[in-house]
Amino acid sequence: MTMHGWLQILIYFVILVLTVKPLGAYMAQVYQGKASLLSPILGGLEHRFYRIAGVHPDEEMNWKTYAIAVLAFSLVGVAFLYLLQRIQHLLPLNPAGFGAVAPDLALNTAVSFVTNTNWQSYGGETTMSLLTQMMGMTVQNFASAAVGIAVLMALIRGLSRHQTDGLGNFWVDLTRGTLYILLPLSILLAVLLVSLGTVQTLAPSATVRLLENGGEQAIALGPVASQTAIKHIGTNGGGFFNANSAHPLENPTPISNLLLMLAETIIPAALTYTYGVMIKDTRQGWAILAAMLFLLVAFTGLAYSAEAAGNPGLVALGADHTPGEWQPGGNMEGKELRFGIAPSALFASITTATSSGAVNSTHDSFTPLGGMVTLVLMQLGEVALGGVGSGLYGMLVFVLVAVFVAGLMVGRTPEYLGKKIEPFEMKMAALLILLMPLLVLGLTGLAVSIDAGTSSISNPGSHGISQVLYAFTSQSNNNGSAFGGLSSNTPFYNYAGAAAMLIGRFWVILLTLALAGSLAGKKKVPAGAGTLPTASPLFVGWLIVVVLVVGALNFLPALALGPVIEHLLMAGV
Amino acid sequence: MARTIRASLASLSFFILITGLAYPLLITGLAQGLFPWQANGSLMKSAGGSLDGSELIGQPFTQSEYFWGRLSATGDHPYNATASGGTQYSVLNEALDEQVKARIVQLKVADPENTAPIPVDLVTASASGLDPHISPAAAYYQVTRVARARGMREEDVRSLVASHIEQPVLGIFGEPRINVLRLNLALDSLLQ
Repeated sequence: MTMHGWLQILIYFVILVLTVKPLGAYMAQVYQGKASLLSPILGGLEHRFYRIAGVHPDEEMNWKTYAIAVLAFSLVGVAFLYLLQRIQHLLPLNPAGFGAVAPDLALNTAVSFVTNTNWQSYGGETTMSLLTQMMGMTVQNFASAAVGIAVLMALIRGLSRHQTDGLGNFWVDLTRGTLYILLPLSILLAVLLVSLGTVQTLAPSATVRLLENGGEQAIALGPVASQTAIKHIGTNGGGFFNANSAHPLENPTPISNLLLMLAETIIPAALTYTYGVMIKDTRQGWAILAAMLFLLVAFTGLAYSAEAAGNPGLVALGADHTPGEWQPGGNMEGKELRFGIAPSALFASITTATSSGAVNSTHDSFTPLGGMVTLVLMQLGEVALGGVGSGLYGMLVFVLVAVFVAGLMVGRTPEYLGKKIEPFEMKMAALLILLMPLLVLGLTGLAVSIDAGTSSISNPGSHGISQVLYAFTSQSNNNGSAFGGLSSNTPFYNYAGAAAMLIGRFWVILLTLALAGSLAGKKKVPAGAGTLPTASPLFVGWLIVVVLVVGALNFLPALALGPVIEHLLMAGV
Repeated sequence: MARTIRASLASLSFFILITGLAYPLLITGLAQGLFPWQANGSLMKSAGGSLDGSELIGQPFTQSEYFWGRLSATGDHPYNATASGGTQYSVLNEALDEQVKARIVQLKVADPENTAPIPVDLVTASASGLDPHISPAAAYYQVTRVARARGMREEDVRSLVASHIEQPVLGIFGEPRINVLRLNLALDSLLQ
């Protein structure tokens, strides 16, 4: 590890924290329906759309109506994206002449993009037409992100309102999130990316001369910057190119890399402030952000130290991996030279701590402990910032659990923000937290015991288990990154993965909305002597402990079979 | 229910128009207007007008008189810029050992007397398989071989390498690095 590496990590976090308040305050205006910076420009378009769609923006929805709207919109999205892939060969903007996508892959991909997962069993530049990438992938990158924030807003309204069943209007939340937040940020980022070298053209490729032998090199191009911008802003992660954010035409410089890392975290981080504004107590938001950042910083440090220590096996063969003035050293297999070790480890931590899943290095080639960090950050439920919206609604469930357990310890009725936490809330919280490990471990267990599962494994020994565990961890948590060696484009992995993504997304959304509905109906209990202060450093520490203990109890045995054994074997070489 | 379905279909159509068509086309227009060189792949034109490659996309080099780049695991041949990707080898995968051993043999055969330590980025594959850069250490390691193959003085090649080092942005972001294709183009231009 070097000072140079740590400095890059530090600067990223400082900039991130500086964006929290301004962006968070802006988003609070947007979701509370107040006039904001962009209302004069977009207000007309927004209201014309409501008229055409038959939406009454002031109509409040109860949790069931809200949930039905989420499901209906998502189902229509899956159907459209599936169809688009199946008939892309008949449609325009397919200059490379790609054929129809196979049914299992098309279903997996449609579910993947609608659930904000962006798991990709395909290589973008070799499978999808430009039209599919634009009208399919890019659209769902916006829509699925806006859905995530909308569900969070319903939960926040549940916490901030009393004795009502109204949680807001889904169509309004969806539209405002897209128009006022995701779209302007994406336009800004896309133009910045192009200025740094990210390509943006409707031409499918360029052909250049090879210097050494005078041959030709075809270079895949496309509307990359526009898709990359929202893929990060919306914590989607599905790349235009197979190599994702490692591809130099997507992520050309260390500065574009910094922008992409910031892009996938500014909304999740700022939403904690939005939350604080909407419940009229910003300290609660900062407390949650502190717990999230503590986890992210700690795991980033672990990943960086593991990757910087490198692979001793290569030294034995004669390679020099000592970091120095003129070389990054460390574990450079599957990493890009322009980034080096620290920004690669930081990117890997961020992408798995959020639900992004974009990668600027191949996680499959990480050291065992570096790879384990990416697994663990997802297995904690992606609550160390997390996906847009989904990260904070996931963390708020942990907050309720932390309050409840602390309440049991001191023998008081647990309450949070003046809401009594009762058996119904705890049932929902328990179902929310236990479902994901059940999905991950169940499907991993199934896959490693049948040929259809094991025949896709590409790396030997315990790492093979890690590849399968990673695949289902990633899909159940709607992350989308992969230990890429696993050949996941098979009917088994495509269908099992689609099931994991659907359940992992919509089960969680349904229960979260049910929780929101129950909370909204409660009376406000005035804070008393027995009320646990939930904005104190003590509570932040307690919240971190609860998240870690739940995660460890669920996944330590599985991790012991995968990365832990692999690490011991590597260290013993 | 009918209202929900109508709103769903209307929303998706609206998003397809705004985010699936207007947005990418707007960005394409802005990109082609403001930054046409970058937007089209940062392609370098030679004096004769032919395209000498992309500044951002590496090319395969195996001859002694050129500097070599990172190993590449793209598609069916190295530096296939239509099928990006890495090896996905885990640290204990024997295929990784074989790759590194073969590369070290290749380097030693081309330059038997060189006993300098071999920088790790010169024996490993990049994530994209299209990495245009190597570390300055990896370039310095190859100076004796390139100088001998070209009949040039080592000091001249060394100073050419030094003049091609790109420093981290603001001294902070990224690694010091050498664009292999640019360095090799500069070497060739000395011949003319």
